[in-house]
Amino acid sequence: MNITSSAVPIKLDNVDTDQIIPARFLKATSREGFGDNLFRDWRYDKENQPIEGFVLNDSKYTGEILVAGKNFGCGSSREHAAWAIADYGFKVVVSSFFADIFKSNALNNFILPIQVSDAFLGYLFEAIEANPNLEINADLKTQILSVPSLGMSTNFEINPYKKECLLNGYDDIDYLLALKEVTQVYEQTHIYAGV
Amino acid sequence: MSSTTPKTLFEKIWDKHVVQYKEGYPDVLYIDRHFIHEVTSPQAFDGLRKRGIGVAKPKQTIATADHNVPTKNQHLPIQELLSRHQVDTLIQNCDEFGVELYGLGHEKQGIVHVIGPELGITLPGMTIVCGDSHTSTHGAFGSIAFGIGTSQVEQVLATQSILQYKPKTMRIEINGELGRGVVSKDIILFIISKISASGGTGYFVEYAGSAIESLSMEARMTICNMSIEMGARGGMIAPDQTTFDYIEGREFAPKGEAWEEAMAYWSTLKTDEGAQYDKVITFDAKDIEPWITYGTNPGMGIGISQEIPELAVNSTEKDMEKALGYMGLDKNQLLKGKKIDYVFIGSCTNSRIEDLRMVAEFVKGKKKANDVNVWIVPGSKKVEAQAIAEGLDKVFTEAGFDLRQPGCSACLAMNEDKVPEGKYCVSTSNRNFEGRQGPGSRTFLVSPLMAAAAAVTGEITDVREMI
Ligand code: SF4
Repeated sequence: MNITSSAVPIKLDNVDTDQIIPARFLKATSREGFGDNLFRDWRYDKENQPIEGFVLNDSKYTGEILVAGKNFGCGSSREHAAWAIADYGFKVVVSSFFADIFKSNALNNFILPIQVSDAFLGYLFEAIEANPNLEINADLKTQILSVPSLGMSTNFEINPYKKECLLNGYDDIDYLLALKEVTQVYEQTHIYAGV
Repeated sequence: MSSTTPKTLFEKIWDKHVVQYKEGYPDVLYIDRHFIHEVTSPQAFDGLRKRGIGVAKPKQTIATADHNVPTKNQHLPIQELLSRHQVDTLIQNCDEFGVELYGLGHEKQGIVHVIGPELGITLPGMTIVCGDSHTSTHGAFGSIAFGIGTSQVEQVLATQSILQYKPKTMRIEINGELGRGVVSKDIILFIISKISASGGTGYFVEYAGSAIESLSMEARMTICNMSIEMGARGGMIAPDQTTFDYIEGREFAPKGEAWEEAMAYWSTLKTDEGAQYDKVITFDAKDIEPWITYGTNPGMGIGISQEIPELAVNSTEKDMEKALGYMGLDKNQLLKGKKIDYVFIGSCTNSRIEDLRMVAEFVKGKKKANDVNVWIVPGSKKVEAQAIAEGLDKVFTEAGFDLRQPGCSACLAMNEDKVPEGKYCVSTSNRNFEGRQGPGSRTFLVSPLMAAAAAVTGEITDVREMI
């Protein structure tokens, strides 16, 4: 995963999953099509007209990287939030803090959540505002997020296991299924197993 | 680690469930019970089909329909097509994969976090997951219970285990006696406004202290339920005699010899003397008054006698402005006396029989204010039946409350129970996010007592002035 793209900034803290994808859109039974309702109530008014001023409706801002304020993805555990972000076309979300479940949902859907310092996030917002076409690079292999034209860069953390999964395109279930026998041995002596 | 190293309750249960530990990798954690519902499971079952595999341990999985179901005329087919499709999909999936379903119309149906405990499925020392963030409710029994995403639902269905990093531990202690009119919901709303909606992120919380120990099981569930609202992975309370008394005799609780065996295990489930937490916070119960939120996350809350602050803990000017703009409120404003339009008493936070009893006792002989709609939604069929057996339904009807059938209802407004745009709802649920109770709805989170008081006066009221 090595992505170079302009970014879409959402300069708000505590963006919760009810905003990312409101509950009334959770009725689908497949994973596809959620992108149309990403940030639905910030994006469209009651008559389904785009709300002017919301960043997804502003053609200045495009790209595969979403940059958002602190505590992104808090609230409900709905994976639909990650599906909506992926379906819309984002591959990377940058914030100074992610809610736990969102982070894990994102990784399970091959979206890279990159946590940066509050200060770096602040520069990033300013730089994007000054130049909406600003190119940002997220390189999973080196774990570096950079803005080459400004000479700005920062390292980011990612768990080595998840990195391996993302780089190789395999997921948790593949890994767990390979441990089937170990689990069966465990179950033989476990108090709550085997009902 | 030697066996004599003192451990926290959390560590004891976690360590017992680690199937595989490998440096640099997440732990493989065995899951004892898995609850599923119609909204977050269809894509997981689809995943199994695509991989050509079944459910590893179907008997450790329990399904119900709750999020989407209507709360009127549950005997009729669901009107809303997408909801009906989702509920039907659950029926088909459970049938195909051999999972027990307490679906619509079943005497055991109800909100997933209400039925687990009431049926005796939730037990101390278990690991419990569900594709729903309020799974933390089950932690009240001294279990490790947390919400997961749909990919993880698929993991658990496929393997009965899950990949997890061990979170940090936090102890929140509340000591002393609760004041008049203050109940467990006020405790948790108080805690969240003190440490903010993100103050618990990365932690698993153990609640302790004399104020917590004095609570009933149902009151403890209310506290653990909202752990996620401060960002915590989950919350738990060490099991004690109150816990054991609650469990004994419930349908799926262990019986006879199995009960003795279980009790022997459960009695070991407490934090050892000298065990270390990553963080410890202590509060005094006397600082807690009836609590209420004013903003658009559960951390934006105040005591009923207090004014809306300039800034919530861990918040920014911009956040505050946006939240208060949405709510139609101002800084330094008192909430008391504010006219309201709706009251919702329900959700997995406060829809158990004790909540209904508390409300009934308060409203008995009183009437709701004329221009207020009051919805009271029991958490399960069993709660509903019990309420009727005790005659609570009559109290509610006489007060002008609309007693509905079990489900999540206006907690997340996925069914038709929606608060209209711009209207104020005093609610016993757990989230006051923008649009949570319907597009444009404005929510004040409170305890069942505070909700009952608002229902009667038609405005935000300090319940202490009425009892
Ligand atoms: S009542 Fe509300 S919070 Fe609880 S499970 Fe249902 S939707 Fe989630």
